[in-house]
Amino acid sequence: MIEIGLGHYLSLGAIIFFLGVIGIFLNRKNVIVILMSIELILLSVNINLISFSIFSGDIVGQIFTMLILTVAAAEAAIGLAIIVIYYRNRGSIRVEDIHGMRG
Amino acid sequence: MLAHSIFFYFFSIIAIFSSLMVITSRSTVNSVFFLILDFISVGCLFIMVGAEFLGMIILIVYVGAVAVLFLFVVMMLNVAEQKQSWFIGKKSTHIPIGLIVSLLILLELLVVVGGWKYKDDLMTSSTLSVSNISNTHQIGLVMYTDYILYFQLAGIILLLSMIGAILLTFRQRIGVKKQSYFNQISRNPSSSIELKDVESNKGVKIDD
Repeated sequence: MIEIGLGHYLSLGAIIFFLGVIGIFLNRKNVIVILMSIELILLSVNINLISFSIFSGDIVGQIFTMLILTVAAAEAAIGLAIIVIYYRNRGSIRVEDIHGMRG
Repeated sequence: MLAHSIFFYFFSIIAIFSSLMVITSRSTVNSVFFLILDFISVGCLFIMVGAEFLGMIILIVYVGAVAVLFLFVVMMLNVAEQKQSWFIGKKSTHIPIGLIVSLLILLELLVVVGGWKYKDDLMTSSTLSVSNISNTHQIGLVMYTDYILYFQLAGIILLLSMIGAILLTFRQRIGVKKQSYFNQISRNPSSSIELKDVESNKGVKIDD
């Protein structure tokens, strides 16, 4: 309990991943919070990679963390651009209203 | 070692609480602020565990760019006052299935983490920072030599996302007077200056 090991960091990553997944299902208000939940999931992946990298003494995990960071930033930019043009066309970004493709 | 565990529990409790508030908070602006708090506390955890460069990068990229981008979009779209509809109004039918799926994911992850047999030297944090060169130096030694292809690919991904975002949100406005640079530059005296003999009592007709 006092000794902080790899398991503690992995548990923290698991809990944040869980909260991100539950945020995707829970949210009916707008798509922005769903994008934020995806950011939470990517952050928990980063926690896992960095803790394994530190506790096993291999630096490569941090390189991959940086690549995931890049992908997360690109995904946020593209997603928010899509949300902006959707709002410009429809005037709403509620998840319930987005059913144009009948999916 | 005691300080390490105290700081770990402090930052991780803040991170879990703020990510809980991100998904349940009633207004989107509050969600973005709790997302910023989450990023900051996880960045502090990274700095604490020994990955200083990535912690600072998380502060710069996530807090400085991504969260501010979210904040801009939330303020542009005027959705801040829309109420969270799963507290009031009709319930979504996805919530029980979502709860079951995410609880199963959490249970599986915790079982895997709890039942994992670690190597003996992997569990103690006394093996941290054994090398005498800094974290940034280590990352630079590996990233620009062995992983240069992935580094370049990350740059291409960023370029593509920039072009995509600009193309998606670009629109040609109608009725706005703009400078036409090409017409300005391609003017020459022969096409723009005309000499006329002015007859008396007639004047010159402009813009014919």
